[in-house]
Amino acid sequence: MSLFINLSLNGITNGMIFAAVALGLVFIWRATHIVNFGQGSMAMFTTYLAVTLLDRHLNYWLAFAAALVAGLIMGAVIETILIRPLRGKPALNPVIVTLGLFILLEGMAGSIFGIGNRSFPPAFSQAGLTFGHTKVAFSHFDVFILAAVVVLMLGTLALFRATSLGLRMRAAAFAPEVARLLGVRVGRILTLGWALAAVAGSLAGLLVAPTVSFSPNFMDLVLVYAFTAAVLGGLDSPVGALVGGLVTGLALSYVGGYLGSSLEPLGALAILMVVLSARPEGLFSRPEPRRV
Amino acid sequence: MPSPDGRTPTRLSGVPWLRWLRLPRQPLLRHLLFGAVAAVGFYLLTSSLSAFNNFRVGEIALYVIALAGLSLLTGTNGQISLGQGAFMAVGAYTLGVLTTHTHWPMAVDVLAAIVLSGALGVVVGIPATRLKGPYLAGMTLILALALPRIADKYTAFFGGDQGLTVNAPTPPGTIDPQRWLTWIQLAGAIIVLILLANLTRSRFGRSFRAVRDDEIAAGLAGIHVARTKVLAFTVAASCAGLAGAFLGLSIGVVNTGEFSLTLSIYLLAGMVLGGAGTLVGPWWGAIVIVFMPGWSNSIANSFSLGSAVAANLSLVIFGLVLIVVMMAVPMGIQGGVSWLVGRALSLVPGIGQPRGSRGPPDIATTPDITTGGG
Repeated sequence: MSLFINLSLNGITNGMIFAAVALGLVFIWRATHIVNFGQGSMAMFTTYLAVTLLDRHLNYWLAFAAALVAGLIMGAVIETILIRPLRGKPALNPVIVTLGLFILLEGMAGSIFGIGNRSFPPAFSQAGLTFGHTKVAFSHFDVFILAAVVVLMLGTLALFRATSLGLRMRAAAFAPEVARLLGVRVGRILTLGWALAAVAGSLAGLLVAPTVSFSPNFMDLVLVYAFTAAVLGGLDSPVGALVGGLVTGLALSYVGGYLGSSLEPLGALAILMVVLSARPEGLFSRPEPRRV
Repeated sequence: MPSPDGRTPTRLSGVPWLRWLRLPRQPLLRHLLFGAVAAVGFYLLTSSLSAFNNFRVGEIALYVIALAGLSLLTGTNGQISLGQGAFMAVGAYTLGVLTTHTHWPMAVDVLAAIVLSGALGVVVGIPATRLKGPYLAGMTLILALALPRIADKYTAFFGGDQGLTVNAPTPPGTIDPQRWLTWIQLAGAIIVLILLANLTRSRFGRSFRAVRDDEIAAGLAGIHVARTKVLAFTVAASCAGLAGAFLGLSIGVVNTGEFSLTLSIYLLAGMVLGGAGTLVGPWWGAIVIVFMPGWSNSIANSFSLGSAVAANLSLVIFGLVLIVVMMAVPMGIQGGVSWLVGRALSLVPGIGQPRGSRGPPDIATTPDITTGGG
């Protein structure tokens, strides 16, 4: 029973991280109808920037903030240079370009920062908390993870629901032509969507890094789990990303705990195959009508 | 533009010296002819090369097989797959397990590798029929990450880190073993290319292209869209299975390190670089895949960039290849070459190629080059 509780707690924590990356995928999907397979590598890169700054004895939270800002800039630059010229091209082209970005960034990180494993200090203690007399697999750092992702989610909700920028972003995603006629700078909005997605990814990278000894491919699995989560939630729904992230996190935690961690990716594949066979539009979005 | 006898001209009949050669009109005969010419050429080539260079020619041949399957899947049928490396792993492990646990002839093991990876292609291809590009890419990406871990989990059966040992086939008579293996691999590549060239010229090939261009229209025209997509996926997976088995024979050992996600992405890059939807493009892609590690080492050394860069330069270059080719020349090397040849010929008056300012074709509309062979 205590194994089950610990696996559940672990699954929720991981699920929140998947949800953060999935939220980034959702931002980009809503803005440009592209799945950004470079999302994980971009986060990896900014995490390496943060750890390099920490090596130079910069304040922890300054390095943390620097990584988020670096993500913001990186997302905007990548959208402008790589994604914008692909508009109107067949749907396969951006898929291939973001896959190119994926290994390009991994190769660059390996070249610049070295391929050896690094460690990232956690912001808070990673020792399990004690409730009564039982120690559970839930630490101060896990609380921080939950809080950070909840803040990210609430911020997203506030942005979309309560600000005029959010309204413009929704308009640009929903009907770009009409939005443009009504004075929305659609191009800039799309760039902003990519930038915010990269921030969400960078945050996830900073939250994952202390829990693993990391190398340039440490976000690969996080990316595919987040993709599973995003597809489960329907790829265009932020709420779907959160629920999908939690479901994926819990399911994979049980698979890893009861069957062995090397079967976790296979579990994600199974979830994805079932979801895509039974309900390809995901749990939280409507099927698109086919147009002839 | 119909040719004088009312037939739609193929690319071949547009090239004057080939028309002058009076090649057979029957596609199978023509492809067999190309195959025979290629076989003679390769015989002369391999006889003059050292054992190490023959090893590399054999590796090129096996990557050609994997890339040709991927090229058919992506270029002709419009499906993207990052699972090609995973299917290669299935082929290689099938061969490894069978040679370790049974004493069947090598040909049976290789056949089993093709069949088993093809069968897995059906399993993965069925949910894939409902998926559009990015979803399929994501699903096959997970496949590429997940499958090798099964071998890590069941180490007793799959040999764990050590992997499974595979012995190269024994040559008849006094033939050099490496040369014999290279011949087998080249023969495999030629046979696969002839079969794929015929497939793309057949009813199935037309269905593949119809489904790629417009699924709904293809369905309304009576094509069974799902079945067509599964067939393309199965063919691509079988090709990868054969390539994987050949890779096992080449390096003599099968372990998971060979079949990382990187392999799948390199294959995608090689296919895109050569030109999706062509059967000549895979040769360009395979040459780049086989020689890139050596090239990036010598580049890193000549600029004294250090070992970290040397180890990662291939990744950087393949990443750039994927990005730059997609943005600048989406039809790849082969598409670019045939476009240039076509433009050059159209400048000469009185030669078959239609005039006009036709731009280079895009990845999803690349016409198939069905000249096969080498």
